[in-house]
Amino acid sequence: MPELKYLIFLGCVIPYRVSSYEISARKVLDKLGVELVEMPEFNCCGFPLDPINHDMMLTLAARNLCLAEQQKLNIMTLCNGCFGILNHVNKELKEDKKIREKVNRYLKEIGMEFKGTITVKHLIHVLAQDIGFEKIKKTIQKPLNPLRVAQHTGCHVVRPGKIVGFDDPENPTTLKKLIRVTGAKCLDYMDETECCGNPTSGVNSEIPLQLAREKLDHVRAVGAQALITVCPFCHMMYDLNQARIERKFNEKFHIPVLHYPQLLGLAMGMDPNELALKDLRVDTSELTNLL
Amino acid sequence: MVVKTTDMDPKFKYKISKVPGAEKIMLCFQCGTCTADCPIARFDDFYRPRKLIRMTQLGLKDRLLSNDVIWLCSTCFTCIDHCPQDVGIASIVRALRNLSVKERDMPVVYKELASNIRKTGYAYMIPGLRLRKREEGGLPSLPKANLENLAKLFDATGLSKTLGRVGT
Repeated sequence: MPELKYLIFLGCVIPYRVSSYEISARKVLDKLGVELVEMPEFNCCGFPLDPINHDMMLTLAARNLCLAEQQKLNIMTLCNGCFGILNHVNKELKEDKKIREKVNRYLKEIGMEFKGTITVKHLIHVLAQDIGFEKIKKTIQKPLNPLRVAQHTGCHVVRPGKIVGFDDPENPTTLKKLIRVTGAKCLDYMDETECCGNPTSGVNSEIPLQLAREKLDHVRAVGAQALITVCPFCHMMYDLNQARIERKFNEKFHIPVLHYPQLLGLAMGMDPNELALKDLRVDTSELTNLL
Repeated sequence: MVVKTTDMDPKFKYKISKVPGAEKIMLCFQCGTCTADCPIARFDDFYRPRKLIRMTQLGLKDRLLSNDVIWLCSTCFTCIDHCPQDVGIASIVRALRNLSVKERDMPVVYKELASNIRKTGYAYMIPGLRLRKREEGGLPSLPKANLENLAKLFDATGLSKTLGRVGT
């Protein structure tokens, strides 16, 4: 059993807009005996700068990895984007001497050096691999048997498959299993692995809204009472933008979008307020009334 | 699309193939799997990953770098996973974007994100209200950025210079 102690990497989207994810994640991880250490310093993982300067992305990511190396702790992210970048860069720098030397030349300017001594995990890896389903099961006090939900795992926690090497990118099942542990039913729907589209919204607002509308449509078609996510950026697309999508396409979805730790917390018997369910844009009272 | 030989830069593909992740550009045999599976291509009439790769192979540099469609990729990496030739399509698109920034300009949103990171370490300007709410809700205070060190990295990677040139 690995030591359940991680450096928590919040990223930028969570403190900017999606605190409910952080609040609920801290609550359930505490209950599961996970110790979280705050980053001593922080800069963006580098994801938003990859399109304009690949070297800067590598260097920003590497700087965070160096901070974790100094703390002798593995990183745990809540965001798929942060995980994708930090994990990819960590592996690339460990394996590719040429790129490592280049990045270390940049880091030398600030007296740092990448050594390659830690690993990067996403919340769902910590839950499924380090904590394990059996241990999570033992914390369930109020099984969510009446609930029928759908999941959106998102992209960067499974793709590119060759780099991430976790779960099946064509048919990811980890989040489904984590949902089933809570007692809720996890429904299959069309195009589950489709991207939320949010990274494109900075340059084109139409396409991501169309993608999100399609997702919500497919989730509604199977009768899911909620959509469960594990990424703040995907969550914004379906929760924060849901009213906008409804107006734009003259639709009525009313599908609550919960962060997985909120669902797990409910099953652990925690109060909806404690899990920041009120902070979600789509009202969840109908859903919690079912429990 | 009419292609004139005078528009083609035969060395362009070699230049792109030197970028990490874009090495296999010449292995693309135009099967179109990337376009068929691309979520953006389904909702846009012009974004076609296969076409971008072909244009790169042909060396249609100016048309590529001045075309806004290269900025539409959502980096879902489905193309990378599905390509039968293991061509890093999304990485090639990233290489085209990086080059377009180097030689031309970048979309406003990236200027904002880069400028926010340089000023605060965070990609978004986090409102004071959010910080106060964190405190009230008992969340730990956010880790601070080392702005002096960040500025050094912006300089070392050439990003400061790029941002200065495009007016940020």
